[in-house]
Amino acid sequence: MDTDAVVSFDHVSPEDSHEVHVLAVDDSLVDRKVIERLLKISACKGFFLDGKIAVTAVDSGIRALQFLGLDEQRRTSESDGFVPSLKVDLIITDYCMPEMTGYELLKKIKESSMFREIPVVIMSSENVLPRIDRCLEEGAEDFIVKPVKLSDVKRLKGYMTTKEVKVGSHDRGSGVEINNKRKLEEEEETSDMSSSPPSISTLSSSPSVSSPSSSPTSSPTVLASPIRRLKMSTTD
Amino acid sequence: MLGLGADLLWADMNRLLAFLFHQGVLDEQFLQLQQLQDETSPNFVSEVVNIYFHESEKLLTNLRASLMEREFSDYKKMGNHLNQFMGSSSSIGAKRVRNVCVAFRAAAEQNNRAGCLRALEMLEHEYCYLKNKLHELFQIEQQRALAAGVRYPVQD
Repeated sequence: MDTDAVVSFDHVSPEDSHEVHVLAVDDSLVDRKVIERLLKISACKGFFLDGKIAVTAVDSGIRALQFLGLDEQRRTSESDGFVPSLKVDLIITDYCMPEMTGYELLKKIKESSMFREIPVVIMSSENVLPRIDRCLEEGAEDFIVKPVKLSDVKRLKGYMTTKEVKVGSHDRGSGVEINNKRKLEEEEETSDMSSSPPSISTLSSSPSVSSPSSSPTSSPTVLASPIRRLKMSTTD
Repeated sequence: MLGLGADLLWADMNRLLAFLFHQGVLDEQFLQLQQLQDETSPNFVSEVVNIYFHESEKLLTNLRASLMEREFSDYKKMGNHLNQFMGSSSSIGAKRVRNVCVAFRAAAEQNNRAGCLRALEMLEHEYCYLKNKLHELFQIEQQRALAAGVRYPVQD
């Protein structure tokens, strides 16, 4: 394990259409390791599509923008039709970071016509209401108070955009309702698409309700994927 | 196939953990980390904790160096270091260390140098204690794994 890496990057092949790709941004290496692991464990427990997830972890907002192709040097990227080869389905970022805060990163993403659709979740160790409100108003999907737990990551499933959903031309009504300040139960219901095709069935597999310790059963097509651990245990 | 030795060590490990929880040295976030460890990532907890130790020692060195400066005045920078330390401590469940950081930060916000020095000493003490205890925990865990006949993956 390269503990000094400021960017850790899973190999993602563009053909992996069912693979969820998450961009994690945090200046703390400890937190990057933890969030990466939380995401991967959640994926193999069936919380995300087919158990396949790729996580790119970067140490700053600036690097995140570079990764997306939104940084200063690539200002032309939007006008010249540049399309990043790796679709990002979710951005999860720390709030307190030097140089560029998570809030500033959020704003830059929401200002971009190419990336504003990507759900952004903010993490912070401080439970400051005005801060939370400001982030949600700026378009963040959710605000997680650190330390981040498995139960927090389970919530993220509902915010994921997928290739299939995107193909439906941003039709919000077809599935994931991006609605700020949504409560946990609400979100579990709106992400329940029982009539959807199997490839996005993890969105439909969430049980309505309750116990945070129950993991949803994953799609029937899942086991074709060469994932090392397929622990479909129902315990946390 | 756990031998008697492994069972005893398992009990030791749990006793130490229970003690650390009871003392408030660790909180449930540490348990959360343990839940993230499995056969695909069998050393996850010790890996993260070692990163934490490495980062913390740098932070502590910076904090002490700053406070020892004759013309020290950069409380804001110290506050930033403390925020980092607080954050990573809370991420691994190091409750007491985190709490001392909170007190330290309060002293820094008041530009209270003497208060900061006292807090720094307390912080160094708590950190040392935590490090020793966690090393002890990892040692017991390793011994238990050996006794149980588990083979660790070769690290390269």
